[in-house]
Amino acid sequence: MSEQPRPKDAGRATAPRPIPDPDAASAPFWEAAARHELLVQRCAGCGEFRHPPRPMCPRCSSFEHTWERASGRARVWSWVVAHNPVLPAFADRVPYNVVVVELDEGVRMIGNLLDVPVDQISDGMKVVVDFEDVEDGVALPAWRCV
Amino acid sequence: MRDRAAIVGIGQTEFAKDIGRPEQRIALEAISAALDDSGVGAHEVDGLVKFSLENTMEVDIARNLGMQNLRFFADVAYGGGAGCGAVGHAAMAVASGQAEVVVVWRARNRGSGGRPWAKKGNRAGGEMQWFLPFGLSRPVDQIAMLARRHMIEYGSTSEQLGAVAVAFREHAQQNPAALMHGRPMTLEDYLASRWISEPLRLFDCCLETDGALAVVVTSAERARDLRRPAALVRGYAQGTGSEHLVMANYFTRDPLDSPGHHAARDLWRNAGIGPDEIDSAQMYDAFTPLILISLEAFGFAKPGEGGPFAAEGNLRLGGALPTNTSGGGLSEAYVHGMNLILEGARQIRGDSVNQVAGCETVMVSSGNGVPTSALVLRKDT
Repeated sequence: MSEQPRPKDAGRATAPRPIPDPDAASAPFWEAAARHELLVQRCAGCGEFRHPPRPMCPRCSSFEHTWERASGRARVWSWVVAHNPVLPAFADRVPYNVVVVELDEGVRMIGNLLDVPVDQISDGMKVVVDFEDVEDGVALPAWRCV
Repeated sequence: MRDRAAIVGIGQTEFAKDIGRPEQRIALEAISAALDDSGVGAHEVDGLVKFSLENTMEVDIARNLGMQNLRFFADVAYGGGAGCGAVGHAAMAVASGQAEVVVVWRARNRGSGGRPWAKKGNRAGGEMQWFLPFGLSRPVDQIAMLARRHMIEYGSTSEQLGAVAVAFREHAQQNPAALMHGRPMTLEDYLASRWISEPLRLFDCCLETDGALAVVVTSAERARDLRRPAALVRGYAQGTGSEHLVMANYFTRDPLDSPGHHAARDLWRNAGIGPDEIDSAQMYDAFTPLILISLEAFGFAKPGEGGPFAAEGNLRLGGALPTNTSGGGLSEAYVHGMNLILEGARQIRGDSVNQVAGCETVMVSSGNGVPTSALVLRKDT
């Protein structure tokens, strides 16, 4: 990967990072993340894991669900490397990665891979969950190479 | 509704980075131009269909143009996925007798009006909570994620994406209305362009544009008495699959099984023809990978073979499927794909700047990163 010329204001985040605004379906996920726990919604009717969370199971129509603590093990499914222009909140990170990982539980999640040079990310790379504290009471799931 | 309604008039403003006039004004200009082109009076318009993201309301169209009695109005959601659906709704209204003359328009100052993704606040709610906090903030990032996966699964390459960009740029050289008219591009130019969201470069991205376009839809019978050759609405379909969000669609069993794959099944059934009978395609190209995915979705290429199909030159004039013959979103203008619909009608009428010889049947598709829609237009023979 070639290095791009960086604009003068690169390296400085000029806005706060966007944080999740939980809703009724997602609140337990984000509350757990704040405790550095990764939960996945699971249908109480048919046992299917699902993400993002929602009120109803598209497979068996049950409104009942549980929250299961995920193994935290996943594999990289795809990734991008963002270059300018990006949101001011991410200006201090360019070029930065965003990954989609596939959890052992079968669901996919979007996140960031920590402490890995962007040219060393590969398909199927094994990762484990970690958490980034971004604000008081708010943490985001993130991923690290095994 | 097969062949019961037709596009009988088209109109547009110029395209510009900063057009200098408000969206409502350019909407009225484009609709006036489309009505003039059709020979139908504004007082005869009794239906309007718009994109949900359109900022101008029906009442403001009606009270400026003097529309007397609107009896049908509707809008279609999902940004760039809406265009063909809006024309489809207009055709359904005509075919069912709910309205006689329906106008569909899109006016958008996306060039001068700023980037919608840059206006998100600090709180990410709804679907955004799953991607915005991680910096997957721009449409290009969301499509780049699928592009990478397409490369992983099928071996698609930057050169194949470049073939898409270069073909449409070539078409724009014949189109004085295109923003990239007079600015030819080689594959080397494409490969030298800077990264925006790897694996996508600057020239994988469409043009930030101000502009407005409109079409007039009425019955096939009435069309035969009007001044322009009709582009019959042979078939239309909307589509999206299970588990989709809006654009960050990585949660389905197979995210490369796009909304367009779903729309395609219904499109060909409704139209009663298949991809083999399409003389020219106008496919939504906000980003080059959408063309590879749509070629596969609509059956022009086998799964995974959209890249080789493009690289073999099939999208160019004289190729197997001349595509985005006005330059598309990548090289003419990006107005949520409305320009693709007008170019589809021009190919049927026979007055495209890149006219495909003997063109009788055209497919047009809308944004395939989001819940989508598609049209088959046909010559009245």
